[in-house]
Amino acid sequence: MSSEAFISALYVFALSAFLGYQVISRVPPLLHTPLMSATNAISAISLVGSLVTAGGNYNTVSTILGFIAVTAATINVVGGFMITDRMLKMFRKREPLQH
Amino acid sequence: MSYFSEFTYLAASILFIFGLKALSHPDTARRGMNLAALGMLLAIIGTLVRHEIVRYDWIIAGLVIGSIIGAAMAIWMPMTAMPERTALSHAFGALAAALVGISEYYRHGAELGTFKMTAIGFEVMFGGITVTGSVMAFAKLRELVRGAPITYKGQNIFNISLFILTAAIFIYLVFVPAASVLFYMMVGLAFLFGVLLVLPIGAADMPVVMSLMNSYAGLASAATGFALSNNVLIIAGTLDGFSGFILSILMCRAMNRSINNVLFGAFGAETSAAVTQNDGVMRELSAEDVAVQMAYARQVVFVPGYGMATAQAQHAVRELADLLEARGVSVKYAIHPVAGRMPGHMNVLLAEANVPYSLLYELEQINPEFATTDVAVVIGANDVVNPDARDNPKSPIAGMPILDVDKAQSVVVLKRGKGKGFSGLENPLFFKPNAGLLYGDAKISLTALVQAVQQAD
Repeated sequence: MSSEAFISALYVFALSAFLGYQVISRVPPLLHTPLMSATNAISAISLVGSLVTAGGNYNTVSTILGFIAVTAATINVVGGFMITDRMLKMFRKREPLQH
Repeated sequence: MSYFSEFTYLAASILFIFGLKALSHPDTARRGMNLAALGMLLAIIGTLVRHEIVRYDWIIAGLVIGSIIGAAMAIWMPMTAMPERTALSHAFGALAAALVGISEYYRHGAELGTFKMTAIGFEVMFGGITVTGSVMAFAKLRELVRGAPITYKGQNIFNISLFILTAAIFIYLVFVPAASVLFYMMVGLAFLFGVLLVLPIGAADMPVVMSLMNSYAGLASAATGFALSNNVLIIAGTLDGFSGFILSILMCRAMNRSINNVLFGAFGAETSAAVTQNDGVMRELSAEDVAVQMAYARQVVFVPGYGMATAQAQHAVRELADLLEARGVSVKYAIHPVAGRMPGHMNVLLAEANVPYSLLYELEQINPEFATTDVAVVIGANDVVNPDARDNPKSPIAGMPILDVDKAQSVVVLKRGKGKGFSGLENPLFFKPNAGLLYGDAKISLTALVQAVQQAD
C-alpha cells in the first residue's frame, strides 16, 4: 500500500469519525439498543472481505478461515438487520386514550 | 468489472449513513434501516461478481449457514436476552475481521508493507480482544461465570505488562513483518487479553463493557478496511467504532466513573467502603396496601431495573399501568441510562410490552417530577435509586446521577428478598420512612397488584 493510498484511507477514516459522531449523538437513548444492533450489522460489511478470502482459492488455510469468517459475518448481517427491525417495530406512539 | 464493485460500495456507504441518520426517531428508523439493508445487499452482490472470486462452494455454504443461524437468533431470542445476543454479535463480527487479517498475513507475510502490516496488526488485535472479551461478557450475563468481579493480586500490573508485551511485538512486526512466530503469538495474546480484561468487571458494569466491545468490533472492521483498501469497510467500521465509543462515555458519565475505573477498578468486589449505617426498619407492604395507594394516586412513576428483566415482568407492568390509566392516574416510566445490562435495555423491554414510548422518560426529564409523584414503584432496580450516591460523599457510588425516587410521597420497592442485590451495596432508600417493600418475584407481585387494583372500589 503506497503512502498516498494510506493517507487517502486516513481521510475517509477521519471524515467518518466526525460524521459518525454527529449522526450517532442524535440517536435518543430510547433507541440505544437498536443502535447497537444496527451498527454491528452495518460493520458486518466486513463480509465483503471474507467473501474474497473464501472465494479466492488462494490456499487451504485462507479458504477455511474465509469460510468461518463468511459464516460469522453473515450471522451478523442477517441476524443484525432482522433483530433491529424486530425491535424498531415495537416502538409505538401512544394511541388516543378512550376516557 | 471492478467499477461495478466500487460503485456498489459507494452506494452502500451512502445508504448506511442515511440508515443511521434515520435512527434519530422511532418513526423514521425502520425505513432507514431498510435502506441500509439494501446497501448491504448491493455491496454483497458487487463483491460476488469480482474477478478475484473463483470458487463459490465455501461462500455459499457460509452464507446459507450464517443466514439460518442469524435468522434463528433474531426470531427466537427473547427481548430479555438482548444483551446476550448483542455480546455474541460482537464476537462474531470481531471473529470475521480477525480471521481475514490472519489470512492476509498468512498469504503475504514477509512482503507486507508497513501500512498494511499496521492495519493487519490492529485488525487482529482489536478482533482478538473483542472475540474473547465478548464471549466472557456473554458468560457473565448468562451467569455461567460469576457476575461479581474476579480479581487476584497484581492483576492490573499483569494486565498492563501483557498489554505492553503485545504492543512491543506489534511494533517489531511492523518493521519486521517476516517474524511470523511473533505474529501468531500476538494474535494469541490478544485473545488472552480479552478474557483478562473482562474478568474483573462486575455484571452491573456490563453496559460499559458492551459498548466498548461494540466499538472494538467496529474498529476491527475499520482496520480490515485499511488492510484491504476498501473504503466502505473503513466507513462502516468507523461509524460502529465511534457509536460504541460514544455509548461507553455516556454509560460512564451515567455512573460518574471514569472508563479507567470501570475497566481496572474492580468495582463491586468486597471492599471496606464507608456506607451509610442503616438503623431503621424496612417496612413490609402488602399488595392490597400498595394497590390502594396507586388506585387513588394522581401520578405513579415506574422505575424498572434489571430485576424486571430477569423476572420477565414487563408485560405485567404494562397491564397494571393500563388499569391505572383507565382510572385517570398519570403513569410514567423513569429510565436510568445504566438500568439493565446494556444501553437502552429497559426501553426495548417496555416497548415489547407495548408501552408507548412517549411514556418513557429520561433521568433529567423525570427527576423534577418525583416531588409531585404520589407513588414511585421500583421494580428490580437498586443502585440507580440509591440516595447514597447523592447524599454520601464516601459511598462507592458517590456522584452517580440517580433517580430521586425518595422525593416521591411514597416509594414501593419490589424486591425478591432481603439480600443486597447485584451490586452488593446497602441501599438506605429501603429504610426511609416513606418507603416500603413488596417482597416476592416481580411478575407475581405485579399480577397481584393488578388484581388488587381491579377490586379497589
